[in-house]
Amino acid sequence: MACEPALSIEHVTHAYGERIALDNVSFTVARGTCTALLGLNGAGKTTLFSLVTRLFAAGRGRISVLGFDINRDPGEALRRLGVVFQARTLDLDLSVAQNLRYHAALHGLGGYEAKARAAEVLSRMDLAGRAGEKARNLSGGQMRRVEIARALLHAPPILVLDEPTVGLDINARAAILRHLRELVAQTGLTVLWATHLLDEVELADEIVVLHKGRILATGSAQGVIAAQEAKDIAEAFTALIAEPSATSAESPP
Amino acid sequence: MTTAPAAGSELHRTDEARRGFSLRQYLICLSGVVWREGLRFLHQRERFVSALVRPLVWLLIFAAGFRSVLGVSIIPPYDTYVLYEEYITPGLMAMIQLFNGMQSSLSMVYDREMGNMRILLVSPLPRWFILVSKLMAGTAVSVIQVYAYLLIAWLWGIEPPKLGYLTVLPALVLSGMMLGALGMLLSSMIKQLENFAGVMNFVIFPMFFASSALYPLWRVQETSPILYVVCQLNPFTYAVELVRFALYCQVDWKSLGVVLGCTAVFLAGALIAYDPSKGLIGRRGPA
Repeated sequence: MACEPALSIEHVTHAYGERIALDNVSFTVARGTCTALLGLNGAGKTTLFSLVTRLFAAGRGRISVLGFDINRDPGEALRRLGVVFQARTLDLDLSVAQNLRYHAALHGLGGYEAKARAAEVLSRMDLAGRAGEKARNLSGGQMRRVEIARALLHAPPILVLDEPTVGLDINARAAILRHLRELVAQTGLTVLWATHLLDEVELADEIVVLHKGRILATGSAQGVIAAQEAKDIAEAFTALIAEPSATSAESPP
Repeated sequence: MTTAPAAGSELHRTDEARRGFSLRQYLICLSGVVWREGLRFLHQRERFVSALVRPLVWLLIFAAGFRSVLGVSIIPPYDTYVLYEEYITPGLMAMIQLFNGMQSSLSMVYDREMGNMRILLVSPLPRWFILVSKLMAGTAVSVIQVYAYLLIAWLWGIEPPKLGYLTVLPALVLSGMMLGALGMLLSSMIKQLENFAGVMNFVIFPMFFASSALYPLWRVQETSPILYVVCQLNPFTYAVELVRFALYCQVDWKSLGVVLGCTAVFLAGALIAYDPSKGLIGRRGPA
């Protein structure tokens, strides 16, 4: 188990009816690394996240989390994942602390342990003074930080985030990125970060370029740039998605 | 970017060798789901008021008006003639649970659209347990509403046997579970919140009116044999009768069997519908 990658996606294909959303997608995320899943809107990132978090099961292929197959052993796989979805998932009628308490209960954590961990993660996300506040009174950036704190509450070794900075202003985005950098550097957390924003890939050790349901490139940002003989990641990404082979899969919904 | 983990980090300490969940963890999860459903209920005071107003309108206005029109003969579980208000009280109790079950269904569709549902579905505890917990939470809320209604009905002069307030509890739990499971199954089939009006028209109203909630079935048989058959095929009829008999400290075994069977079928359907590999959700794509 020790040599297993943190996250392994093997030949995953998924379709909604006739529409192919993911076409034979394979990549791995090494332990303790931050990997950016880069793709335009509709590339299949959210579908991949839904499969990784077992919101639904892949049509074909295998996904494993620290060696645990997400379909055969979902409980063990999911307890090792912290998840931040693209859509806001806080209960706005509950306070920050109550949202965290609910999440803790869903992971079988209660009592003192849940309280202690809630205090720890809120402090780490600079939200220690906001525990009693209603979620609906928070700004967009603060809500996102609460969601990240909540995802870390059960102390998962892997954090997956689906476009967590969408809709945030530049300061809120910067704060999220800063917190993520600190987390990765200080704790060795494994992070899979989906984004369509090219400037966010600087956070990553590795990038995976997903376009129209297919993986176009994987590797370090410098490696992808060099392979495309581009001067920066934006040029490399543009060159990748312009290739005819990149458009052979059908558009995801 | 450096990625070297700090020694002894406290933030991600999930034991990689840990397997399974303890009974305590299951109970914590169940209590958390019930607690959240209770909080939501407390936050939605209008929901509580409307849940009470609806049956009270039937009891205080409709039943009072029809008292002289609709006579009820001596039929089990009653051992004497009863006023119409007394006859429809179990039906109105079940009606509260019917609406609560559909309200839970509406909440699940809303949660799915808003994204809150995902937090529930990515819990590492088995999905069947999460859904059953949600079902039990909804049932608990409906039982509280029914007892609040019974209190007001008592003030209005509806006085079943004192022991009946206790013996009706298991029946309320069972009927609440059946109607909640039906709501859960429906929630998996409803794609958008806007489609929920159809549930009102095609599920709630037909189930309520084509049952023994408002009139005894022998009366229905006299006027429309076809409607009588429909009433007998309606699971809600058996929920009403189970509650009616239990309120008078009796067991209607046929109703008990039908309610248990329907609960099992509806719950199995809901579990399949929400199963990631078999269900309907994955075929539609991310909400």
